[in-house]
Amino acid sequence: MTHDEIFAKVQEVLVDALGVDDDEVTPTATLTGDLGAESIDFLDIVFRLEKAFDIKISQGELFPDNVLQNAEYVQDGKVTDKGLTELKARMPHADFSEFEQDPDVNKVGEIFTVEAVVKFVEAKLG
Amino acid sequence: MRWCWIDRILVLDKGARCVAIKNVSLAEEHLHDHFPGTPVVPASLMIEGMAQTAGILTGHARGFKEKVILAKIGKAQFDCEVYPGQSLIYDATLDRIDEAGASTTGIVRLIDHAAPTRPHAEQSEASDAPLWQTAPQIGVIELMFSHIDKNMRGLGFPEHNFVFTDQFMNLLKNSGFDPGS
Repeated sequence: MTHDEIFAKVQEVLVDALGVDDDEVTPTATLTGDLGAESIDFLDIVFRLEKAFDIKISQGELFPDNVLQNAEYVQDGKVTDKGLTELKARMPHADFSEFEQDPDVNKVGEIFTVEAVVKFVEAKLG
Repeated sequence: MRWCWIDRILVLDKGARCVAIKNVSLAEEHLHDHFPGTPVVPASLMIEGMAQTAGILTGHARGFKEKVILAKIGKAQFDCEVYPGQSLIYDATLDRIDEAGASTTGIVRLIDHAAPTRPHAEQSEASDAPLWQTAPQIGVIELMFSHIDKNMRGLGFPEHNFVFTDQFMNLLKNSGFDPGS
């Protein structure tokens, strides 16, 4: 499956899960900021991706869920170097270049872009 | 006391499907306000009825150990109004369940006891099937449930399972199902 084909299917999943329009689901759109995803939506997205691509996604594989609760990884509202290393290891599909400039914990949602989801699926499909 | 919006469980197939019936009665007080002179079942209460049916299905799949909370209504579509004297069938199937939660798809069917003929009976292969199986579909409800102890750790929820109280367990027992099975 090509990158564009995966994108088209991911787009369909996000339109169904989040009730947004096709044209809002651009590669750079962030799931929480631009598309309004809330915590339960991430589970919904995971379930729909599994069905759409016939893959199995373990809990925390696409969206790590316990890194930011760890005091070692977050200090004074910033993700620590150790935390960044952990996040990068857990999310090789995401682009951290912008977030690294200001690792404010409130901005961590910016990592979760549509493109990150596409890359994740691409890696899963091998 | 929780409002129970289903009267009886008809089918409970562990981890797969739960079907419940709700008989709509003019004795339900809210129908006199919704709407005065023209009682119509509120769509929100049909969603609640499906949530209770699908919630039992989700809870039963894991032995009622999880606190199963309705977290998202992905879709709720109804094709007609429902009146007192009619019966609703909530037919829920479990699409996916894991540690964090579950997603379900539900079909709403309507039994109109005043209908002159049995709907679709002539097309049905099993014409002696129970009435609810041949009742026409009038809606679709897709729901997501959260296992809250897994998703909102540390918020201090009570130890006991406040979702699946005796009321639901008794409903299952009175419908002929063993909640522990």
